[in-house]
Order: sequence, then C-alpha cells, then structure tokens
Amino acid sequence: MIALRNVHKAFGDNVVLDGVDFDVQRGETVALLGPSGVGKSVLLKHINGLIPPDEGEVEVDGMSVPHLHRKELAALRQRVGYVFQYGALFDSMTVYDNILLGITDQTCVNDVGYCAVRVIECLELVNLAPDVASKYPAELSGGMKKRVGIARAIAGQPTYLLYDEPTSGLDPVNAEIIDSLVGKLQRELGVTSVTVTHDVRGAFKVADRIALLHDGKIRALGTPEELAASDDEAVQEFLERDLEDIVKH
Amino acid sequence: MAAVLIDPRRIVGRWALKSAAHVGGISLFVFELARGLGEWRDWYPPALRQARDIGYGSMFIVFITASFAGAVTILQAGYQLTAGVPIYFASGVVVSTIILELGPVLTGLILAGRVGARYAAELGTMRVTEQIDALESLGRSSVSHVLLPRVLAATLMVPILCIFSDCIAIFAGWVASKGAMDMSNHDFVYGARYFFKPFYMWYSLIKSFFFGLAIAIVPCYVGFNTSHGAEGVGRATTGAVVTSSVLILFLNALLARMLLPR
Repeated sequence: MIALRNVHKAFGDNVVLDGVDFDVQRGETVALLGPSGVGKSVLLKHINGLIPPDEGEVEVDGMSVPHLHRKELAALRQRVGYVFQYGALFDSMTVYDNILLGITDQTCVNDVGYCAVRVIECLELVNLAPDVASKYPAELSGGMKKRVGIARAIAGQPTYLLYDEPTSGLDPVNAEIIDSLVGKLQRELGVTSVTVTHDVRGAFKVADRIALLHDGKIRALGTPEELAASDDEAVQEFLERDLEDIVKH
Repeated sequence: MAAVLIDPRRIVGRWALKSAAHVGGISLFVFELARGLGEWRDWYPPALRQARDIGYGSMFIVFITASFAGAVTILQAGYQLTAGVPIYFASGVVVSTIILELGPVLTGLILAGRVGARYAAELGTMRVTEQIDALESLGRSSVSHVLLPRVLAATLMVPILCIFSDCIAIFAGWVASKGAMDMSNHDFVYGARYFFKPFYMWYSLIKSFFFGLAIAIVPCYVGFNTSHGAEGVGRATTGAVVTSSVLILFLNALLARMLLPR
C-alpha cells in the first residue's frame, strides 16, 4: 500500500505540493489527473524517493520512504518500477542492455541465458518483437521508446508501477496501445499502479480510482463514475472537455 | 534600485555563499565516491572501458602536443645558450623542463578540455534527460555505475598519459636537436643524463595524479548537478573545463611549493 500524509514540497518560492493526502490500495490502478505543471510528476517521484518531501510522510508497505537508508531505498526501488515521461532510456546502450539493468535479482548476475530469456519476455509483454533488443533508443519511435521504458520498469518484477505521463506526445493509436498495456500489466502481473496523466480519456479507461491534483492538494478522489458525477467546479472544469465523449461511450 | 543591484557587499556575499555551497557539495560528492568503492562489481567493468576510451582516445592529441612542446623547448634552449655554454645543456634543459613542468601541465590542460568536457557533457545530458533518475529508480547506484568508473579511469590514465607525453616530448626534442642544432647523440644523452634526477619522475607522477583527480572530479560534479536543459549542459561543460583548468594551474603552483626542495 502507498500512503502520502500531509506532503508539502516547494522549490524556492514555488509551492508545488501543499498538504497532499493520498492512498493507493494493493492491486488497484489509480490515475492522478491535473493540468500541466501542477506537480503530478513531483508527487510521483516522492513515492520512490527520487524527491524527498519538505514535510509530511510518504509510506510504501508501511516503510517511511524519506527515512530509508541507502540500501533499503535501493531495495524498495527494485519493487517500485518507474516509467519516465520521455522514456529516460540510456541512449548509449542497446534496448537489451537497458532492460538488463532493470533485472535486479541475483540470478541474473551469473546466468546470461536467464537474462536473455527475461529480456525477451519483457519485450513480449509490451508487444515488442525480440529483434528490437539489438537496437539503440535513437532508432526507435516515440511509442516504442515508451514501451521499452515500461519493459525496463517491469524487468525487476516490481510490486508497484509508477507511470509518468505514459501517453504524452503520442498519437491516439499509440496512446490507445499504451493504455491497453497498462491494463494488461495490471491483470497479468497483478501490479499496483499509479498513472500520472492529463489524458482524461485514458485515465477513465485504465483507472480503478482517479485523483485530481489542484493547487497543491488532492481536490477529488474517487471512482471514474464518482468523479464524472462530481459537482466540484474544478473537477468539472478539468473534465468537461472530454467528459461528454466518455459518457457517450 | 541600481545601487542595490551593484552593491559590492551583496555581490561578495552571493559569491561567498555560492563558493561555500560548492565546497560543501564537492566534499559530499567525494565522500559518496569513497563510499561507493566497496561496490566494485558495479564500477570495475565500466571503469576498464572508460580507461581504454580515455587512454587510446587521448594518445593522438597528447602525442601532437608533446611533440611540439619538446621540439620547441630544445630549439629555444639552443637559441638562448650563449657562446661558451656546452651544447649538451640544451638537452638537459629539455629533460628537466619537460618532466618537471611541461609534460604534466600540458597533458593536464589538454585532458581537462578533452576528458573534462566529455564527462560534464555526458553526465549533464544524462541528468537533464532523467537517465540518472532512471538508474536510481531501478535501485542502481549512480555513484558506482556512472561516477566512479569515470573518476577512477581518469585518475589512473592521466599519470600514464603524462609518462607517455614525457617520453614523446624528449624524443621530439632529440629529433629537433639533430635536425636544427647539429647536436650529436652523445651530447644529447650526456646532457639528459647529467641533469636528470629520479625525483623528477616522482614529481611528475604525483602532479599528474592530482591533475587526474581535478580532471575527473570537477567535471563529474558539475555534470552530475546540471539543470535547465541543453543550455545547462552547455554551461556545465564550459564551467567544468574552465574550473578544472584553473584548478590544475593552482595545484601546479601549490605542489611546486610543497614538493620541490628549497
């Protein structure tokens, strides 16, 4: 379980998170919605300790993330896969080596065959052909980079997956593929997922619950139906562009 | 308003705070590097690759620089020797000048440009494209995977390249002495051996070791802490080269004061 309690974060004078309370139950997919620049990615990075909070508590499986020692934090991060907005693939390495870095269990250190099988498995899980493994990130399309990023994040067989804008910058077809993939990984791997996005349609499709981050706080949190029925002005304002289409579907 | 902007106390205060922050930052950075030494399984293979890249990759530029330095040094020594001074003094001047000063300093400055710029640009790009965050999010240590291999490779290879530079410069001096000064082999070898002391080699190695640290640590620190996208990477690269070059000159003076007998 992921729990954030009264989390505050500011960069200089810019207050980004101003008392965020947020829970994610085991096995569910929560979408974190909000306009660009509101601090969604900052919030996500608090969960795996990439950014420490100024104040408040961040817990994963009962462990206080900001208070973990280096090795404990590394062990936690191996259970929390993170998919970066722009892939953040290591551009001097092939796709194979990128995914290999994600495999953190000790078996891999001594068994090259096991690693090769795991890498191909991960590529297949994200619907990529095995021959992609020998390519460099610069040779891949935007959608493929995102999927390799997901393959790398799941290579360590994580319990949690954090997606930072997995569909941003993609055309509707590729965005649909990534949304389906998020659902597929939750079903097949049983991971708990947090998806940061401003794509309302995608959030309604993949999430069990949706949270809206507004003015540094969680303004609304509930099932897609509850959010769609909300009479909160900020929620309605954010959803209204896509809501009609989603309700029709 | 203008008076406030150019208030010298504010300028000095800001500069002092910024400098103190960097000193603290570099101290923590070095501490983290030392702590990462135990994770040798992670840093050993990439360190070998880095050392090979730096070593082979820098040989040509070091060769060119050392060749011209050696040749010019003996030509100038020959020009300045007045009648009555034995000709073998010229080779003595070349050997001592090259090993004590020009070899380590020129190699250091050349490598600060070549290796330092590369390190700062690589790490800066990795930082702004979130590759370093990605590495850490996988539970991997950025210190043992990214920083230590570079720091150890440069610290090892700079002294080796310095010895290479010394040898090439002396060889170039010998070639130039034959071509332009009519000096015999016997005179060249006699002068070189007459002035040479084994301490020169130690002095050269100690200096180049410290230059290697400056070439590795400063650009890695600057690159690792890059922000603000492509412009930040450019600024980090320039800042890393300038700072490590100035540090080399400062260390050169400091080590001369500390190590040379008075």
